[in-house]
Amino acid sequence: MKPASFEYIRIDSAAEACAQLAEHGEDARILAGGQSLVTVLNMRLAQPQRLLDISRAKALDYVRIDGGKLVIGASATQASVEWRPGLAKEVPLLALAFPNISHFQIRNRGTVCGSVAHADPSAELPLCLALLDGEVVLRSRRGARVLKAGAFFQGMLMTARQPDELVEEVRYPLASPGTGHAFEEFSSRHGDFAIVACAAAVNGDGIRFAVGGVADRPRVVTLPRLAGNALDDALNDFAWELEARDDPHASAAYRRHLVRQIGRRVIEQAGRAIPSAGGH
Amino acid sequence: MNRLEQEQQHLVTVTLNGVSRSGRAETRTLLSDFLRHELGATGTHVGCEHGVCGACTVRIDGVAARACLTLAVQVDGRRVDTVEGLADRDGMLNDLQQAFRRSHALQCGFCTAGILNSCTDFLERVPMPTEQQVRDMLSGHLCRCTGYTPIVAAVLEVAAARQTQPEETIDA
Amino acid sequence: MKREDPVVAMAQDAPFVGRPLERVEDAALLTGRGRYGDDLGIKPGTLHAAVLRSPHGHAILKGIDTTAAEAARGVRAVLIGEDVRRWSQPFVVGVKEPMEHWSLAVDRVRYVGEPVAVVVAEDRYLAEDAVDLIRVEYEPLPAVVGIETAIAADAPVLHPAVGTNIVSDRSFRYGDPEAAFADAPHRVSLTVHYPRNSCTPLEGGVVIAEHLPGDEGYEVTSNFMGPFSLHAVIALALKVPGARLRHKVPRDSGGSFGVKQSVFPYVVLMCLASRKAGAPVKWVEDRLEHLAGATSATGRLATIEAAVESDGRITALSFDQFDDVGGYLRAPEPATFYRMHGCLTGAYAVRNLRVRNRVVLTNKTPAGLVRGFGGPQVYFALERLVQRISVVLGLDPLDVYRRNFVPPQAFPYRAAAGALLDSGDYPAALALAVREGGFAELQQRRDAARAEGRLYGIGFAAIVEPSISNMGYITTVLTAEQRAKAGPKNGAIASATVSIDLLGSVSVVVASAPAGQGHMTVCAQVVADAFGLRPEQIVTNVDFDTQKDAWSVAAGNYSSRFAGAVAGTVHLAAVKLRDKLARIAAHQFGLAADEIAFAGGKVFPRSAPERAIPFARAASSAHWAPALLPEGETLGLRETVFWSPEPLAAPDAEDHVNTSAAYGFAFDICAVEVDRATGRVRIDRYVTAHDAGKILNPALADGQIRGAFAQGLGAALMEEFRYADDGGFLSGTFADYLVPTTCEVPDPVILHMETPSPFTPLGAKGLGEGNNMSTPACVANAVADALSTLGDISDLRLPLTPAKVMALIGFDDPAPSKPRERAPEPAAAAGGGRALTATGTTEIGASPEAVFRVLLDPAALTKVIPGCHALQPIGENRYRADVTVGVGLVKARYEAEISLSELDPPRSLRLTGAGLSALGSARGSGRVTLEAIPNGTRLSYDYRAEVSGKVAAVGSRMLEGAARVVLGQLFEQLGRQAGGAAPKPVSWWDRLLRLLGVNK
Ligand SMILES: Cc1cc2nc3c(=O)[nH]c(=O)nc-3n(C[C@H](O)[C@H](O)[C@H](O)COP(=O)(O)OP(=O)(O)OC[C@H]3O[C@@H](n4cnc5c(N)ncnc54)[C@H](O)[C@@H]3O)c2cc1C
Ligand code: FES
Ligand code: FES
Repeated sequence: MKPASFEYIRIDSAAEACAQLAEHGEDARILAGGQSLVTVLNMRLAQPQRLLDISRAKALDYVRIDGGKLVIGASATQASVEWRPGLAKEVPLLALAFPNISHFQIRNRGTVCGSVAHADPSAELPLCLALLDGEVVLRSRRGARVLKAGAFFQGMLMTARQPDELVEEVRYPLASPGTGHAFEEFSSRHGDFAIVACAAAVNGDGIRFAVGGVADRPRVVTLPRLAGNALDDALNDFAWELEARDDPHASAAYRRHLVRQIGRRVIEQAGRAIPSAGGH
Repeated sequence: MNRLEQEQQHLVTVTLNGVSRSGRAETRTLLSDFLRHELGATGTHVGCEHGVCGACTVRIDGVAARACLTLAVQVDGRRVDTVEGLADRDGMLNDLQQAFRRSHALQCGFCTAGILNSCTDFLERVPMPTEQQVRDMLSGHLCRCTGYTPIVAAVLEVAAARQTQPEETIDA
Repeated sequence: MKREDPVVAMAQDAPFVGRPLERVEDAALLTGRGRYGDDLGIKPGTLHAAVLRSPHGHAILKGIDTTAAEAARGVRAVLIGEDVRRWSQPFVVGVKEPMEHWSLAVDRVRYVGEPVAVVVAEDRYLAEDAVDLIRVEYEPLPAVVGIETAIAADAPVLHPAVGTNIVSDRSFRYGDPEAAFADAPHRVSLTVHYPRNSCTPLEGGVVIAEHLPGDEGYEVTSNFMGPFSLHAVIALALKVPGARLRHKVPRDSGGSFGVKQSVFPYVVLMCLASRKAGAPVKWVEDRLEHLAGATSATGRLATIEAAVESDGRITALSFDQFDDVGGYLRAPEPATFYRMHGCLTGAYAVRNLRVRNRVVLTNKTPAGLVRGFGGPQVYFALERLVQRISVVLGLDPLDVYRRNFVPPQAFPYRAAAGALLDSGDYPAALALAVREGGFAELQQRRDAARAEGRLYGIGFAAIVEPSISNMGYITTVLTAEQRAKAGPKNGAIASATVSIDLLGSVSVVVASAPAGQGHMTVCAQVVADAFGLRPEQIVTNVDFDTQKDAWSVAAGNYSSRFAGAVAGTVHLAAVKLRDKLARIAAHQFGLAADEIAFAGGKVFPRSAPERAIPFARAASSAHWAPALLPEGETLGLRETVFWSPEPLAAPDAEDHVNTSAAYGFAFDICAVEVDRATGRVRIDRYVTAHDAGKILNPALADGQIRGAFAQGLGAALMEEFRYADDGGFLSGTFADYLVPTTCEVPDPVILHMETPSPFTPLGAKGLGEGNNMSTPACVANAVADALSTLGDISDLRLPLTPAKVMALIGFDDPAPSKPRERAPEPAAAAGGGRALTATGTTEIGASPEAVFRVLLDPAALTKVIPGCHALQPIGENRYRADVTVGVGLVKARYEAEISLSELDPPRSLRLTGAGLSALGSARGSGRVTLEAIPNGTRLSYDYRAEVSGKVAAVGSRMLEGAARVVLGQLFEQLGRQAGGAAPKPVSWWDRLLRLLGVNK
């Protein structure tokens, strides 16, 4: 299990990355945390001609609050977000999701943008971005464009990113007062990719509910504040819409079952998590 | 920007356990192979080469990370700490190593180096962890021999002991 | 600190046996200074090997082209089947059948991962580069995956010369089972499946092999750990005398659990690779290779039946068992059956027994030693049956146990099939577990949980744990006549050497090949006690060398033989040397030898301790002054002892066999709660009570139990090697083959009692495999009890994953409120059974004729097939093509053949493709039917694809989705090529359209 040969280019800025991507397109791959890419290289499931290593690009290593959003640069590790003292207030959903993402040692190196760019259908960070209707900033020599998560994620490991584009940053909206969040995941073992992951944001207007691990990408549904049988029916319809797949760990029917079970729990939890008015 | 050709040997210099060390690596050489076979630091083990088992965990600039998912050329100019650097120069085991020995937290010892590195980083960030926190952190390591119980016990014991020995306490 | 007389202090600590001493191994292991196989210095010029492995479960090897590989950078040799035929011969097989198993496939491959070629290059990276350049032509054959399919009359046969997949079929009868079954008021039976799994040590196999000049043979260092009876198998395969195969074992091994036995074929393979390369060769097994190709416990299908009295007493047992040994019967198989044969009646006094054992070949990795070896399979049947008996007869399971246990006064007890159960008190162990394990409290918890409608259950398992295998047990597979011809095999010879040097320091050499069990520590404890020294004063050497150390047939680290056999033999050797030293000292003191005592680092007359001389002096004079030796005393201070347990006879004419020298006992209680919503099993408490005779180091004993428990729990809940129908292997990474992490393993309650074995020198027995045997059955029994409130559920199949348990609980899957077109329902079952299939329809804005034209036009078809660059016609409607299939960052370039057949223009056709890449093989075939609709065509497809090799092994989580992506791309292009208009999709297909909308 050793990678095939490649050229290695250490990148210091977005401009450098874009220049290389413009020149080489599909033949170049961004190396961010490497926690997905290097496993794939070791197994030789991919043999890119060159790697553009952005992991030490200071200019892209930032996490800041800007315009009501938590803005995370391409080189910022998952740990640098997870260990922010204020995260539970800023983006409570992320604080809830992080412990489910792989392991301490992986989050130390893996990046948030890398997880979003990779678009694993079971990954938690894309799921959170989709639920919160966050944004992805794509930069190329042609300029920058901002896509909503819903437009960015297009299928299993497929996104709207063009070969010459860098995922420059992702933006998670800060929690708005009056909204409660919850996250729950069912996986084979602690830290494994989700068999089913559910996230919910509930406020006076209604419910936003998202599921990962079932469809080919994170899927979101917006519902009125339903409860009881009406909620169960809505969840069931959504579970079917996801067109669950089978894999050696779970059947499609079992995945639908988990969406119904965990979905309901998560929505109820999110409802209970709405900060009481005037609380803080 | 720095461009390194493929199929060439490149000089990589790291501060390995406090000592500046250099060796040759191709762009694709994994840090785990570089440490073991180029620098001779065979204490770092390789159990899967896909990030799951944790045996290869080292500290890069103090942060626990998988050597098998890191390229040697990526650590050029950085600090890498491995199990060989834990005991003092006279070979006196540090508190964590001693606790592992006392608790029988290792059998074949193949997983141990990685676990010690994770714990070293983790306990600096979370000096007084709960058992659940320790278990979560250790879930990034597979051990086929011990059933984990003695490992968890050793880590908790060290955390508690460091609290009562203020000179060794690291501020959170 | 007070200064104490060191002699007094030492004497106070003794004896050291029985104490939880810290390990002497740990200083090295904790500082990164271990000496594992891949850490050892190698000779300059040593080359590195990578193995090309079969992507097919079953195929004929039609050709192999190594030209490009041989020309690649850094490559020095490529070993293929031809070379292997020239320089070696097939491995000897344990049954008399014409099966050939070579270290490398020569004409056929029989499991995914089977070695097909070895590249030897200047480093491993280069070797792997060249592996990808080897072109192999395979003719795939139908694969045989399940036991049920393998034994079917029309099953494809793996070894045509044998003519059947059942390579051994033996029946046994003890007592009068027919009468007992006829007389019994009740018969309870159960059919169980035990999955393929393994203990997957964290370190893989390592072999460093050198072909020596001239006729000198081979020299090898590897982490093969025995049984060294296989040294003969290796030497025979290499066609050299045993003495010309020098094999060394490094001091440290990163776990074995029996599994490193499977390194032995690679010893042969690397010896041959070295011969071809003309240089030493090193091979390090990586995780993908290990999971796919190393070994596995046998899968077992067993029907077990008991004749039972109304009070639960079992009067007869019947086993009808099939063992899935994989593609070859590799030594020591079919030992999985026969290791347990003598004690098949478990802990129970059952005199009537009927057994039928059939060994079955399937297209899977060859089975071999895996901790527990045979025990997990037997006890999963037997202990589940005991649970069933209590359910069916409405009895308290503990009463069923108590009524059937071999009574304490009956030891040593000759079991029906011949095991001589040496010692024990099974009812006392049960009582200990019930009392100290808090059984009453667990019952209360169960009552409380059930009152709330929760699923809570308690299970038990009682197991007899054999240790120190009889080297003759495997011959039970032969008939008495065959055995008589071959000559008897029995015993289990262990060896140990103890010596004292000029300065009086003591060293021990054992051929035990440890892998973390603390052999050095225990040997030091045992020898320190013999000489009145401290363990720190004893040096133990475990880096075993077949040319220099004393060893015999049973050497190695398996069958829990260390405590009973090896440590016992060390004790015998130490005592022998001590007695010699006593004679020498007695001569100098002018006393009789039995008046000399050893304690506190001194040697002294028992009656006059004040005349003590330091141990070192007593020893050194034997070296420096041979003239002072008593008359007739031999020179030198070194004793080697060979020991074999006395009760281990060869199988008798009636097939009675005492399969092991000692038999420990464990009684386990497990309480679980099953989550009704998800099917997840949570262990609430696990209690395990052991009687392993004399415990030599309690800390190490508990370590063994905890480790075995974690593995047993993994086998119960998550571990399984999964295969697809075509033989494709689906568990190639540690993200697919799931082993428990610290978050899944609770802390078991461990209890001990000691009834020493009369048959081992120190009274010790093995205890390291018990929980591999008991825990899977015990957890399953607890789950069965938890689900008992839902109905009579008896068919529990391991691993009990949440998905499987949920299926047992049953759940509604209500239809959606709005009727919707069904998505193409992929048919792959959870558990990874079938190939990928999909059916669906899509609408295309062009006429059926237009669609058909596209399919028949090579230029247009090129654009339709995803990732296809050019089609090269090789026949009518048959093409060769390079196809790059990519999903996300994963890309595989296949050399493919594509064909159209069953043409019925413009209504239907079949589109078939088959390709091979360095990542494995892919085959697919789909029937496409076209139907005219108002503004175009409705296209229906029914597709079946098989993906095997690396992609399937490491990507099973994604395969289904990937197939959909590729199919989606195909139909999208078909629509475009046919009509220019994008297809109008139905159901899941609409997402692809939306995707297009964004892209346009
Ligand atoms: C043992 C293990 C367990 C894991 N478990 C989980 C889990 O439970 N949940 C989960 O979500 N993830 C899991 N992961 C994956 C982990 O979270 C990865 O870190 C993450 O998916 C990718 O981030 P990265 O920075 O490592 O990206 P890399 O591996 O460096 O890159 C991944 C892909 O994204 C591309 N890419 C990366 N950054 C950019 C960018 N800025 N612009 C354009 N393209 C880019 C790369 O070219 C590559 O194709 C696990 C990984 C391991 C090894
Ligand atoms: S070897 Fe790096 S995680 Fe297993
Ligand atoms: S001690 Fe052997 S794997 Fe952990």
